Amino acid sequence: MSSTSTTSLKDLFLNGIIKENTIFKLALSLCPSIAVTNNLKNGIFMGAAVLFVQTMVNITISLMRKVIHPKVRLPIFMLVISGWVTVTSMLMAAFVPDVYAKVGLYIQLIVAFASILARAEMFASKNSFMPSMADGLGMGVGFLFALTVISFFRELVGKGTLTIPTSLSSAHVITFMHTKPLLIMVLPAGGFLAVGILMAFFNWIDVRYMKKGAVSH
Amino acid sequence: MGSEFTKYFELIISASLINNFVFTRFLGLCIFFGVSKKMETAVGMSITFTAVMMISAALSWVVFTKLMIPLEITFLEIIVFIGIIAGLVQASDTIMRKVSPGLYYKLGIYLALISTNCIILAVPLVNAGEKYSFLQSISFGFGSGLGFALALIIMASIREKLELADVPAVFKGLPMAFVITGLIALAFTGFSGLITL
Repeated sequence: MSSTSTTSLKDLFLNGIIKENTIFKLALSLCPSIAVTNNLKNGIFMGAAVLFVQTMVNITISLMRKVIHPKVRLPIFMLVISGWVTVTSMLMAAFVPDVYAKVGLYIQLIVAFASILARAEMFASKNSFMPSMADGLGMGVGFLFALTVISFFRELVGKGTLTIPTSLSSAHVITFMHTKPLLIMVLPAGGFLAVGILMAFFNWIDVRYMKKGAVSH
Repeated sequence: MGSEFTKYFELIISASLINNFVFTRFLGLCIFFGVSKKMETAVGMSITFTAVMMISAALSWVVFTKLMIPLEITFLEIIVFIGIIAGLVQASDTIMRKVSPGLYYKLGIYLALISTNCIILAVPLVNAGEKYSFLQSISFGFGSGLGFALALIIMASIREKLELADVPAVFKGLPMAFVITGLIALAFTGFSGLITL
């Protein structure tokens, strides 16, 4: 019993990272994936914020699921989400003000993320505490992973540097190239190109190694 | 009066072209990629969107300035604005169904989509952050709506042509759409410096 339930929790966790990766597979919540990813540090903090909100929302909804009347469930979900987003944005404004100055608007807009509402509606409102938490963690980590990959790629190619956060307030900048190889990658337009190319790359991996032959859309 | 008018005009141009929400602030992308496959849906979405955006900008300005600032509850702005938008969308859904079923039949589905759109929430947040006046808020909402409409229509016309193009298999669909958006965004950087506010 315990072994089956742990494997299923693991599957739930991995599902959000690989099979249903919010950005690369579902193509939801794309706004921050381009807006904040011109710098590795911003990307990581944005991903962490989403991870926190997604997990807390899933936990809250799954605990409340028995008392929520189905007719008013959407407004209640929105309230729960915006409550946790407010908490997150206040915490970030207090502890990482320099990051918040750049990504603050996008943190506030986590409220409108289709992916968070979708998980609350499809998963957390029907499942108990542990599976909901695993699902939320998986989805959040998948998002964090996607943002990290995109911002890693963009900063490295665009500026030739990597900004790695060492603690909440400091970051270590590694310089690989002193020229700026492809400046367009850190410009707004480069974000779209980077996500397009990375999506195609993940599709290619799917076709090449998974042998599913399923190029979605 | 003349200079006032110029100011609003500049705000509209700046919100729609220079700081286009889709291409320079990357908001509303889910909807942008979702409904830009066909020209007809793109036009329907644009009309509904611009209207809702202006009304929500006006409403949230009134609530923010007349209620939230005097009561000192500005930290609740996210919750209040999302509430206003959800209520507005629900209300216009009901009103449209009763008053004009024909219009509802055409534009009703877009209304439901709008409440999950981040631009519509971003406009009141930016208005509150920049402390715009009432008319400025409406101009900003209108300009943003216009910019989104422009982006959607450009994208839809390109994607209709793209149906016939020979795209590499792994790039089919969304990846290609992203690359195209990148190129349009590059073109839009040409507008920067058109007006200095």
